[in-house]
Amino acid sequence: MRFIFKTEYQQDVKLFPHGGAVFWYSLLIAAMFAAPLVLDEFYIGEITYVLIFTIIGVGLMILTGYTGLVSLGHAAFLGIGAYAEAYLLGQGLPFLITVPISGFIAAAFGVALGVPALRMTGIYLAIATLAFAIIVAEVFARWESVTGGYGGMQVPDITLFGIDIYEDWQFYYICLIVTLIVMFGALNLLRSPTGRALVAIRDSEIAAQSMGVNLAKYKTLSFALSAGITGIAGALFAHKTVFLSPDSFSIVFSIQLLVMVVVGGLGSLHGAVYGAIFIGALPQIISIAKDYLPHAIGEQPSLEAGVFGLILVLFVLFEPLGIYGRWMKIKLFFQLFPLYKKATFKRQKSYMKSERVR
Amino acid sequence: MTYFRVEDLAIHFGGIKAVDGVNFEVEKGEVFSIIGPNGAGKTTIFNLISRIYEPTEGKLVFEDQDITNVPPHQIAKRGIARTFQNIELFEHATVLQNLLLGQHAHRKSNLASELLFLPGVRQQELRFREKIEEVIDFLDLAHYRDSMIMNLPYGVRKVVELARALCTEPKLLLLDEPSSGLNVEETEDMGFWIDDIKKDLGITVLMVEHDMGLVSEVSDKVLALNYGRVLATGTPEEVQRDPEVVKAYLGG
Ligand SMILES: Nc1ncnc2c1ncn2[C@@H]1O[C@H](COP(=O)(O)OP(=O)(O)OP(=O)(O)O)[C@@H](O)[C@H]1O
Ligand SMILES: [Mg+2]
Repeated sequence: MRFIFKTEYQQDVKLFPHGGAVFWYSLLIAAMFAAPLVLDEFYIGEITYVLIFTIIGVGLMILTGYTGLVSLGHAAFLGIGAYAEAYLLGQGLPFLITVPISGFIAAAFGVALGVPALRMTGIYLAIATLAFAIIVAEVFARWESVTGGYGGMQVPDITLFGIDIYEDWQFYYICLIVTLIVMFGALNLLRSPTGRALVAIRDSEIAAQSMGVNLAKYKTLSFALSAGITGIAGALFAHKTVFLSPDSFSIVFSIQLLVMVVVGGLGSLHGAVYGAIFIGALPQIISIAKDYLPHAIGEQPSLEAGVFGLILVLFVLFEPLGIYGRWMKIKLFFQLFPLYKKATFKRQKSYMKSERVR
Repeated sequence: MTYFRVEDLAIHFGGIKAVDGVNFEVEKGEVFSIIGPNGAGKTTIFNLISRIYEPTEGKLVFEDQDITNVPPHQIAKRGIARTFQNIELFEHATVLQNLLLGQHAHRKSNLASELLFLPGVRQQELRFREKIEEVIDFLDLAHYRDSMIMNLPYGVRKVVELARALCTEPKLLLLDEPSSGLNVEETEDMGFWIDDIKKDLGITVLMVEHDMGLVSEVSDKVLALNYGRVLATGTPEEVQRDPEVVKAYLGG
């Protein structure tokens, strides 16, 4: 068991809680940079997907995990970022500019969705975001002069500092760096007043307001940041898929993204990463499992959607803290072994709401 | 001029006149208590002062400024903080994070500097923590600094909520039933703290409370409310002896 002795405030403000964490995260990043040297091209491609999903996860986590606003429309922001990237690159703008602009365009749509949704929460917000996603998907299909409609749209290649990016490992590095930048920004935000204000809104709007948090401003900001980050992921996603078509950004995809953050663990950036790994690995697992399943089940066209739905329900019922929550429990179990007591993670609801007699 | 003044305050929910023409004045540095049976409209008055409810009629004046139209998120900046009857803490955050939000009204950083965590943001975080440590010392919360709220017992949550309100560095503190749900010992502590808040920190306290022992102990002035109307105002003894008040409590 590790006890962290706090001797100065500086310790609370630091990015990582203790030296050990710095070491392990540095090692992880080093391993990520070294990966293309040792891993097969196929795996590099898969990890690239996981990185892109991690960025989406961070975006959605800010909105849903930290601000407590559910979105069933994030595939739309991803699509907006992707189409914007393809279109702007086609107009001859350089990659270093198109990616941030794609993010800004998605962020603008985030504000456009966030402002009317200010008074909504829970299921109503879910429906509103779903409606938004349906409309956006429709626009992708109909606005043929820009998106190519159902005919699809070819995504131009990247040229960076005069180098043509066509190898998988080159693109992997781009995604890795963008992921690190996004993570860095998100971590900073979360240890700043803005991050705390978002968490406050999630847990008690009325108290947040009384402490001086402008609900309208921060909810809109959360939508903008979330959509913007997802838009940046969309720009990368466009290059990864090479060819965009409206059904790449379906409602089912939006639901999968929500499943991703719920399964990963709401309210933690670790959760975004775990969720991304889960989303990246699940289709492979399903396709392997298919061979072993009875024909009637294995050949169901909606098998994947069904599995996603089932997993979502199971997690919400049995592990609301997601994979990250499970990991924390396992870690604590080993730290305290053999003294682990079962009730540690039971919510304490036993206090009484005493009414007075007088 | 009085420090804080409520003039003809009224709010109607449909047919219910929850607060119906209430007047009172709070002097700087005193503890002013509002008592009354369940449903009298006490919490509603607090919600009106916090600007969460829009009054149907009336005026709120604090430090000679009309705050009737100030948006709710600027009330903290004006120097008014509050606690809630049913505890509104940020459950999935630590005590420290809850208290830090108390400093939110003093935020000077902007989004861009926070994304990069520029030196100014770091300085601000350290400044916030210095303030918060004072409150932690004052209310003896050091032991719970890094605990998640959801793992804390009820009595401690009550204190954390008081601490969070103090972290806004208020001039006027609204306490909605600070002793409800506390045991005898905890109620006694609460009484000492309210006294200290008034004497050592010089904060004016407006409090809703049912425990008449606590009310008599700490209050300079008491207002009795029933059906949204003022029954009596005066010293604790005067109000407790008032025939109208006795009738309201006994007659239910
Ligand atoms: N938002 C609202 N909508 C409708 N009625 C309300 C609302 N808020 C309060 N009321 C009504 O106003 C009346 C006063 O409620 P309030 O919560 O102020 O009572 P209270 O004096 O704080 O009582 P308690 O001692 O039980 O806390 C009640 O009849 C309540 O039903
Ligand atoms: Mg009340």
